[in-house]
Amino acid sequence: MSELEDVARRVLDAASDQEEIEVFVSRGVETDVEVYQGSIERLTTASSAGVGIRILRAGAGGAQVGTAWAGSWDVDAVSDALAQARDNVRFASEDEYLVFARPDGVAPAALDLWDEGVAATPLDDKVAMALELERIVRAGDARIRQVENASYGDYAVEALLASSVGVSASMARTGAFLSVEAIASDGASDQTGYGLSAGRAPRDLDLERAARDAITRSTRMLGATRPSTRRTSVVFDPRTAATVLAIIGGALSGEAVVRGRSFFAGRMGERVASPLVSVIDDPTDARHFAASRYDGEGLACRRNVLIDSGDLRAFVYDTVSARRAGTSSTGSAVRGGIAGSPSAGVRALVMSPGTQSQDEIFAAVGEGLYVDSLTGVHSGVNPISGDFSVGVTGLMIRDGQLAEPVREVTVASTLQRMLLDVSHVGGDVTWLPGVAAGQTLAIGDLAVSGS
Amino acid sequence: MAIPLVDTDVLERVLGVAGGYGEFAEVFVEDRQTSSASLDQGRVEELSNGRDRGAGVRVVVGETTGFAHTADLTEKGLLAAAQAAATIARGGGGGVRQVALATLESHHSSARIFPHDVDKAAKVELLRVANDIARSEGGQISQVQVGLGDSSRHFVVANTDGVFASDLQVRTRFAVSCVASGDGGMQTGYKPLAATRGFEMLSPDVVADLARGAARQALTKLQARPAPSGELPVVLAGGSGGILFHEACGHGLEADAILKEASVYAHRVGQQVASPLVTLVDDGSLSGEWGYGAIDDEGQRGTRNVLIDEGILTDYMWDFLRARREGRASSGNGRRQSYQHLPMVRMTNTYLMPGTDDAAEIVAQTPYGIYVAQLGGGQVNTATGDFVFGMTEAYLIEDGVITAPLRDCNLIGNGPETLSRVDAVASDFSMTPGTCGKNGQSVPVGTGQATMRLSGVTIGGTAS
Repeated sequence: MSELEDVARRVLDAASDQEEIEVFVSRGVETDVEVYQGSIERLTTASSAGVGIRILRAGAGGAQVGTAWAGSWDVDAVSDALAQARDNVRFASEDEYLVFARPDGVAPAALDLWDEGVAATPLDDKVAMALELERIVRAGDARIRQVENASYGDYAVEALLASSVGVSASMARTGAFLSVEAIASDGASDQTGYGLSAGRAPRDLDLERAARDAITRSTRMLGATRPSTRRTSVVFDPRTAATVLAIIGGALSGEAVVRGRSFFAGRMGERVASPLVSVIDDPTDARHFAASRYDGEGLACRRNVLIDSGDLRAFVYDTVSARRAGTSSTGSAVRGGIAGSPSAGVRALVMSPGTQSQDEIFAAVGEGLYVDSLTGVHSGVNPISGDFSVGVTGLMIRDGQLAEPVREVTVASTLQRMLLDVSHVGGDVTWLPGVAAGQTLAIGDLAVSGS
Repeated sequence: MAIPLVDTDVLERVLGVAGGYGEFAEVFVEDRQTSSASLDQGRVEELSNGRDRGAGVRVVVGETTGFAHTADLTEKGLLAAAQAAATIARGGGGGVRQVALATLESHHSSARIFPHDVDKAAKVELLRVANDIARSEGGQISQVQVGLGDSSRHFVVANTDGVFASDLQVRTRFAVSCVASGDGGMQTGYKPLAATRGFEMLSPDVVADLARGAARQALTKLQARPAPSGELPVVLAGGSGGILFHEACGHGLEADAILKEASVYAHRVGQQVASPLVTLVDDGSLSGEWGYGAIDDEGQRGTRNVLIDEGILTDYMWDFLRARREGRASSGNGRRQSYQHLPMVRMTNTYLMPGTDDAAEIVAQTPYGIYVAQLGGGQVNTATGDFVFGMTEAYLIEDGVITAPLRDCNLIGNGPETLSRVDAVASDFSMTPGTCGKNGQSVPVGTGQATMRLSGVTIGGTAS
């Protein structure tokens, strides 16, 4: 029996006849290297372990649940958490829809998300990657006056989700990242550019690409001015398009829908987007960084088509939100680590690729604004009302080509309108960390607010 | 309550080993207990309790900081972390340093009712009161979500410079979110209350006020029209907009950005960086406020620091380590999310000193503009100074009168430029709690200001 199973067994064995227990056990190791001006600025190595416990008791009017967690596997800490969770049960309202997930017979995808490369790569080599990244960004263009941050990070996490009603799901994943933030200067002002590469192990990382991204994105912004206020087409680059898609994904959560917090509620089967838009949540696709064999309740993750050629086809559900909606789980429970309870959410969104390249989209759009960074997403986008307003930087598109850089400008619309106004979907799907992949995405008629 | 987290002689031995490798070593031991309770759709959904205990050890060798953390608070566990931190910092030598800690400087929470003394049923009752009040505001209130959280954070920090201090920080937070549904779709209302206090800060009356506020905000916004686009004068209500200063200059005045010349405020001490009406203070010693601490997470006393004095930049914010390198004192701004994180320069309670104008007069003297009653979060790029902040309750001002409600949107500006446009500051000061994220770490912060006006700022709406 693995150590994780050991800890889980200790908790599950405590279940009485009147209760069900679910336990989430995890442990991980991580390395984080930050370099500055050719030397290591900060280096962190750490290991952590924790346990999250949920206890359910059935009653005449429905079930009640109580939860607790501990940031260690210490025997006393775990038994304290168990006692707290049990005590918390009695304060919850009885809920007729509340149950723990039962195994549903769906087999998990054959995914190997664990790469020994994370553990096998010597620390010195990891440090060397971060140093090399900083060096090539500094050397890459005379206008780069500073590299504020160049870093390498990785993790290896194992988790086990088990319950007294038959769920047992073990998960293991590794990840590695390189990131760099460059500051370019033309003497008059500064601009910044961010570069990133992510993979499951150091060997997957594309150092040159992360460096090139940071250099290009910072230097091409030099001389940026504020454009005048207007309405125009906006072309999102793959990174920013992924951010927009992730927000839309939040409204495709069946939980948001049954709780009346999604602008998609009541629109099943309707045309909600341009026919160019098909949105799929597919954690079984290994190309997605967030790919996973199991969901946050221990059911197999599966492929769900949510928007098909513009028509709203499905929401993602966990067990409880599915019961409220009168349907069954789509294997889409997500949970925020040991301290979080499961809820329904997208995990690995991708938009079906179109056939056009980015240049072809610029040519087709003719005049507009190309956006390569967003700010204020958490303060200016309301996923319930659909109001969308974000700060952006980018370049104007003139005569079908990138033109002068712009900054201190916002773009605004509503998410509902933006989906309908999608005019081009790029073929350049880019796999990114987070819940969504991105590709070049053109949306007609957004309000651009500047001078 | 002051049960030592780790014995003094153990800390001395751990520092002795860690300090043997470099010029500076520190041990930070933390025991944090949190609890939360949530209500949604009229149901008490879940009560949860959590506990996180552990230690972080850092060792500084030259320009390099090595850091390791562990949940194992035995001497063996702490020594292993010290060894790891020293090894990765590439420390030479490995001799053991003699470290003698003086008497612990121990601070305590001024909370009157500690989280662990609160009857869970009393918490649940407050959730129900808030839910009932919010729903009683009108049938268009379609969803109500209520959350109560508290934390009790006990930590001790010891370093090879002789710092040896502990604090017990108790924080309590209550928030109500409402959704109102009308013909034009759904709108949201949100009111939080959070302070470095105990359960005594909450009562049925207090949570009822929050609930009414959140419900009325959502209902009002059902009538909202799209916000304008383009540049307009903006009046920020007292307490709504401290986040403006947090983003427009606060982050840019943090010494880490300054030392890397990644801030538009670098090399500008003594210069005019804002309107003469702007006197900006960061004050970790503001007892009870959300960003309060008797000491920061490096054991330094919270202090009141004037950052901008009548428009002139006077100083930056400093953490212990960066201040130590510069041969100056820390300003008490070294903060960390938990023992698993390295401290960074962070704001505490950041506020604009009140002025002498009259709040109602400021509105009356604005022919056309925006009145912001509540701001959401914001974000800044310190290197360029460009920042955004979101408005979550706002109205048009027409002929000096507050009129139509507006839909949510962001405002965008550039730090020094926007701060030069502060042309009125009233005296109706109040603070607002928030959560500040930086490099992946979240810490509680306070922001504050009185009613004030910006002569022009870009509104990220859709209406022409």
